[in-house]
Amino acid sequence: MTRIVTVNTRDLSKSVKEGGCGECQTSCQSACKTSCGVANQACEKVEKK
Amino acid sequence: MIHCFKFDDKNIVLDVYSGSIHMVDDVAFDIISMYEDTPRDEIKTLILEKYGDRDDVNEDEIEECFGDIEELKEQGKLFAPDKYEKIAIDLTKKNYTLKALCLHVAHTCNLNCSYCFAAQGNFHGERGLMSFETGKRAIDFLIENSGYHKNLDIDFFGGEPLMNWEVVKQLVKYGRSIEKEAGKNIRFTLTTNGIGITDDVIDFCNEEMHNVVLSLDGRKETNDRFRVDLKGNGSYDTIVPKFQKFVSRRGNKSYYMRGTFTHFNTDFVEDILHMADLGFKELSMEPVVASPDSPSALTQEDLPVILAGYERLAREMMKRNKEGNGFTFYHYMLDLDCGPCIYKRISGCGAGTEYLAVTPWGDLYPCHQFVGDDKFKMGNIYDGIKNTDLRNEFAQVNCYSREGCKECWAKLFCSGGCAANSYHAQGSISGIYEYGCELFRRRIECALAVKLDNLE
Repeated sequence: MTRIVTVNTRDLSKSVKEGGCGECQTSCQSACKTSCGVANQACEKVEKK
Repeated sequence: MIHCFKFDDKNIVLDVYSGSIHMVDDVAFDIISMYEDTPRDEIKTLILEKYGDRDDVNEDEIEECFGDIEELKEQGKLFAPDKYEKIAIDLTKKNYTLKALCLHVAHTCNLNCSYCFAAQGNFHGERGLMSFETGKRAIDFLIENSGYHKNLDIDFFGGEPLMNWEVVKQLVKYGRSIEKEAGKNIRFTLTTNGIGITDDVIDFCNEEMHNVVLSLDGRKETNDRFRVDLKGNGSYDTIVPKFQKFVSRRGNKSYYMRGTFTHFNTDFVEDILHMADLGFKELSMEPVVASPDSPSALTQEDLPVILAGYERLAREMMKRNKEGNGFTFYHYMLDLDCGPCIYKRISGCGAGTEYLAVTPWGDLYPCHQFVGDDKFKMGNIYDGIKNTDLRNEFAQVNCYSREGCKECWAKLFCSGGCAANSYHAQGSISGIYEYGCELFRRRIECALAVKLDNLE
């Protein structure tokens, strides 16, 4: 593809099967304490490539 | 659903439901933007009108681009359908077990910051310190109610937790003494204003605390505007050297320098950069939580200034990264390839279900931001959760249940936002705080731009 570069990202639809372990950090605990964002949280299940 | 946006020379396409991100050229950007609601022939005409004078744009090239889009669509990486509504409904029926506690070990403070959402530490109630016995019972309560969770989080919070430091240490030791047998891994964290930092605090925290949050608002004049002691003296000169010593001895363990910005410093980027220039590399800066009639509250007129500030911050981070002098900003940290699964993205922070706050006397609230509001008292660590209706209410809210999130491209980044922010803005935990949403969306755009710049 010459005009489109796709970045390597976690496929959310696949995470329906492989996710949901519930072990990741509660969101704003020990960080912002006043807002809710989850995108910066590392998954406890997926190993870094 | 897609979200197409430009950041300086970058054209970025986010495919909301697959989580895919594409960097595209101007032609593909326009084609993708029009793809779903404009007839193909019309798109071709419009593209040729706009780019016809370019060598690389002709009918064949446009057809090839259409082919690429269709290929990505087939792969589920573009225009992916929303398949998560049932998961969102199932999550509202889930039998949640506890995972995290915010232990309010001190409802008192040695600073007197007028903007404090905790009302200078006492959360609009009486002052007090948590006893070891109460804290011990809270840890037992967490373990007893944690079900299948292995990783448990305990944050020492206040007020100012270092005003009850010996109890903090005893509670960490107690947690460590029982976690293995219970099959748990406790991650302790601590949030402090820095006044009470000593060598003992530094050594103990660097050994035991998974993360520490160190409160500093940035430049001396900004910090000392609100972060003053009981006599009104600014805290900057006292805390900065302590924080620098703390961080220099922290090794690879994480920390956040966390500031709050208000109406009085909408140029908060200068404060973030000041913290970076002081040698701190893990930074966070939050919009103030204040009632609209407070002088420090952010106004509608502040909004465009703040949004532009986030963009300036992104550009400065890109520049410093290239110079080898980079730093991280909490809201720009995105884990694209190993980030949270769809369940986490829908369900969010867990307030009121997996996460509770404990007062010095053992009362339970859905999170630290609701402490002191009797309507939100859920029970206590001795008798457990009594207000199950309230717990169920918290279990019902996620980014699919909130009406205001339905058409928002950022909902799988924020999970529908903070229940406390919604409550303060709309009087209900199931609404949204639109001002905060506007800030959040711009932060995610900037975060993606910074992330992609690092990959280039």
